[in-house]
Formats: sequence, structure tokens, C-alpha cells
Amino acid sequence: MKICVLVKEVPDAAVQKKIDPSTGRMDRSGEKNLNPYDTHAIEAAMQLKESGAMAVDEVVAVTMGPDSAERALHKAVSLGADRSIHLADDSLAGSDVAATGYALSKVLEKEAPDLVLLGQQSDDGECYTIGAVVADHLEFPSLTQVIKIDVEGGTKLRAERQAEYGYDTVEINLPAVISVGDAINEPRYPSLKAIMGAKKKPLDKVSAADSGIDAAKVGGDNSAAQWTGSSEPPKKEAGRIIEDEDTAETVDQIVAWLDERKLI
Amino acid sequence: MSIEFLSDEQREIGELARRFADEQVAPQAARWDRDHELPRETLTALGELGLMGVCVPPELGGSGADFVSYTLVLEQISRADAGLGTALAVHTGAGTMPIVVHGSEEQRQRLVPPLAQGHEIASFALTEAGSGSDAGAMLSRVEEQGGELLLSGTKQWVSNGSQAHNFTVFALDPAAAMKPSAFVARRGAAGMTLLGEAEKLGQHSSSTADIGFDATPVERLGEPGDGMKIALSTLDGGRIGIAAQATGIAQAALDLAVGYAKERVAFGRPIGGFGAIQQKLAEMQTEIEAARALTLRAARLKDAGLSHTIEGAQAKLFASRVARHWTGEAIQILGGYGYTKDFPAERYFRDAKITEIYEGTSEIQRLVIARGLLGEIARED
Repeated sequence: MKICVLVKEVPDAAVQKKIDPSTGRMDRSGEKNLNPYDTHAIEAAMQLKESGAMAVDEVVAVTMGPDSAERALHKAVSLGADRSIHLADDSLAGSDVAATGYALSKVLEKEAPDLVLLGQQSDDGECYTIGAVVADHLEFPSLTQVIKIDVEGGTKLRAERQAEYGYDTVEINLPAVISVGDAINEPRYPSLKAIMGAKKKPLDKVSAADSGIDAAKVGGDNSAAQWTGSSEPPKKEAGRIIEDEDTAETVDQIVAWLDERKLI
Repeated sequence: MSIEFLSDEQREIGELARRFADEQVAPQAARWDRDHELPRETLTALGELGLMGVCVPPELGGSGADFVSYTLVLEQISRADAGLGTALAVHTGAGTMPIVVHGSEEQRQRLVPPLAQGHEIASFALTEAGSGSDAGAMLSRVEEQGGELLLSGTKQWVSNGSQAHNFTVFALDPAAAMKPSAFVARRGAAGMTLLGEAEKLGQHSSSTADIGFDATPVERLGEPGDGMKIALSTLDGGRIGIAAQATGIAQAALDLAVGYAKERVAFGRPIGGFGAIQQKLAEMQTEIEAARALTLRAARLKDAGLSHTIEGAQAKLFASRVARHWTGEAIQILGGYGYTKDFPAERYFRDAKITEIYEGTSEIQRLVIARGLLGEIARED
């Protein structure tokens, strides 16, 4: 079996994120790192491979992004992926989620994975949707926010989803696309040997044409969703501080304040 | 970190060490300090990741990274616990590297792999009660008896002493007209005794033991009479490691002080809003960056195979002073809280002082630097 893990290079967690007002795209000029959620997806793939519950022949990290995104792939293989694929093409720049998902699905089609894993969200765009778009194009079933994966034997998985109201247990047939939450596991430390050897593992750089991507469906101009503006969230009003001098009086003041707002 | 100039691998190694330090070391450092303990499991975990042999060649079981990577690791680990930083620096820089550099091929193949992988711990035994900076005044000596080399004497303040399996020991050698030579002793050898642990100001998690040798069988490391050469070249690299350690301790103090300055409110505003605190923190950060830059410069020279004696001495002289001075100022910023064990500022302060003393005191570093500057006239008989 083959597991493909979708990974993304994002601004480092320590970098203050901002939108470039001239392009409407995220300013990615600062320090970058592998999307932390994706490290959980790689760890999930490694655990499936190492547990032996599924006969996993290889784990392949896949990304779409500029040249610098190669570092995210090096990190992915240092965490255990066997090889990686870098979809890089100027024509892809500025693609929206639908176009990005389409482009990635074309790369995945060629790989024919049994399972596609990814982090439930990227630390920059935070759309949560790329897995669903990829699944739609591949015509695979899809699960989101998964925090536990068990192999049910053969080509069936049992997954636990973290929902707002509790947990769902869902059975899913392979091939499938699963996005994982950070509660699924604790990603391992890469060893120094793995870091030093990361550049020696195979990395295929593919273009849009290599992957059979229709150029009319990707890139900023061809994306159906267009960014038109952004604004700061409204400022919160300053709160009112009640000094506790006489407790009975303080309680009266709090009750009156809540009462005024029909909160009690 | 001046990460702009690091390679991808160096950045990733620094990042790995940072994560390990934050997750596995920092939360336990106060307890290790209080209990005077460094759990073996932590060293084993470091070994499994390849962090016990960062700059040891891969054919000897090491990770094969460069010396710059090694200093990045030491800085990060020391930021979380300076005692663990000492254990790591002595194990790799002082304990393992002399065998890598000066050992015979047979010794390298036999002794280095278990050390590089953290299965065994290494130490370095040079200092004696009456011989510190003047290492030549040592009294320990070897005797040859029936084809065996037997070492007798007492070594003091042996870092990692109570945990080590492998000791690089220096002693006067009749085969070299009683000049010092280097030897390797193995834990458990006949006549070897752990005489006790030193009670120290700080770095409580690091073992500092006195070790007695009584006709202990040892093997020779390098040529007879090369003891001082081996010791001094080991310290040339070791100093860069201590500079990295001092930088890490100072960085920990800065991170703590900045966090406190943002949170602690006095006279109606966070104390970071006051000029007195801002001035201190700005200067502190600048000097730490300078210490780091000097350290990386010396490490790069070493990686390039160039002379780094003066540069290593400068890095250690400066970084250790930065650590000693600014850990004290961090306590000042935290005020009364800084003086208590509720915050780690006092631990950083206690841990920092030794960086001005071990692997060559600051006075010796100045001597090394002055001799480079002035040549023969700085040497006197």
C-alpha cells in the first residue's frame, strides 16, 4: 500500500502573519517551516506503517509551492517519509483552495495512493478544506478532523473524528482522504542521521504540464474565489473594573450590570 | 540565532535541539538542580536522536554533522539546563573527540561508537588538587609493569565522573622522560575508586567527581609525551562549546526577563514600559547576539580546519562574562522573585559562574589572546 501525505510550507509560528495589500496574498517573506499540523499527518502515516496493521510499502510527501517549499519536503522525509514530490510551477501561484486541490489531485492521480493524509488545517490560510477538494477530484471518500485511526482489516479503516459536540466513530473504505487534528499523536523527533540524510532521499520536482494540469484551471487569475479586501476585527470596548471595597455593594453592582443586559 | 547564515541541516539540528530542550529538559531542570541528579534516560534519549555524537564521523557511529551544529545543540540544551549542557560538552568535546582525533584506528573503532551513540558516557580527567591551569604540575603517573601500563594518582572535579564509562586521563609518563601523556581508563578497572562528588555553587545536575587511581591498568592514547598537546587541542575546541553553553544560559535569562517585563505590573503599567528595564534588556540582547556571533565564528574556523585557538578563547572569554553578568541582571529585573527558587533566574546565575572558570579560566583566555597579540614578549620564564 502507498500513503501520500500532503504537506505545506507556511510562515513559522513565531512570525507575525500579514496580508500583502497589493496582492491580497499572505506575505511569505519571513522565516518558514513545515506546517505543524502536517507533522501529525506524517506521524500518523509512520505509525500505520510501523504498526504493521497495514502493509505500507511507502510514504510519499507531496507539496505544491515555490522553490523554498523543498525545505518542507526535506523535513517531511527527515520525519520518516520515504520520498517526496514537489509540484512547482509559476502558473500555479495565487491558486485558490479549489485550484490548489485540483492541482494536487492531478499529482496524486499519478501516484495512485491507497490513503491520502494531511493536517486538518494549514497554519497560514486555515481553510480546512483542501482535503475535501482533493477527495472530490479523486472521487475518494473523505474524513476531516480525525484524531484516531484503526485498521479494520483489508481496505477498511475505523476513524474517530473530533466534532464540536463530541466524537464520531466512522468506518471508511480505502482509498480515502483523511485530514488529521493535532490530538491524533505526538510527532516524533527527527534523528540527526535523518536530518543529515534528508537531501539524499528521492525528491521529484514536477511541473504543471508533467502532472497533466489544465493551465486554465489554476493560478490567481483562473481561480474562482478572488480576494477583494481585508479589515481588522472590530476593537473590543474597554471593560469596566469594579473595585471590591464593600462586597455586598460589589455584588449589587455586578447583578445590576448583568440585569441591564438581560443576562440573568 | 543568526540563522540567516546557517545551512538547512544546521537549522534543522538547532530546531531539533530546541524542541528537545523545551519539551524534555526545561520542565525538569529545577528538579534536577534540587535533587543533584541527571537521569540516565535523558542521556539515552539524546543518544537515540544522535545528539551524543553530533560532530563524530558517521563511520564511528556519530551523526557526522559539523562543529557549528554541535555548538547550536549545546546552546539549546544549556538554555534549558546548563548541567546537561556540561554533561554533553564534556562527553562529546572533551571525552570522545580526543579519541576520534588522537586514537589509533583500532581504538577509534572499539571505543568511539558506544560513546557517539550514548550507550556509554565519556569524561576527561586532567585537573588535580595541585594542578589546574598549570596542568604540567600534575602528580599522577604511569608505570610499566610486565607490559602493562598502570596509572596511579587522584584526579579532581572530573565532569561526568560518577556516570562515565570511559576516561581520558593525563599522567606523567616514564616513556617520555616524565612528561605528561594521555591514556584511556575504563570504568571498573582495578584500583579505580569514586572518591566523592564536589558540592558546587551551581550546575547541580552535572556530576563533578574525584576519582582515585591505584595501579589502574590503562591504555595509551596518542604518542608518549603528547599529553599536553592533546589536552590543549581538546580544550581549544572545548572552549567553543563552553562559549555556546554560556550563550544558552544568557539567552534563557533574557527570555525569562523579557517575559517577566511584559507581565509584571508596577505603578500601573508593565515594567517593560519603563526605560530602566528597556535599556537593560536591549543591552542584554545585543551582548548575547555578540557572544553568539563570536562563538559561531570560532566554530566555523574549526569546521574549515583553520586555527581557532585565539578565536575560541575570545568567544569563551566574552560569552562567559555575558552569561555571568546578565544572569545577575535578570535577577535584578525580577526583583525579589528573581532571588527566590520560584523562578529559574537564580539557577541561571549560579550555573553561569563556572563558565568563567572551567576549560580554562578567563585569565587563561586573556593570556592566550595576549600571546597571540604580542608574541614572545607575552611569555616569560
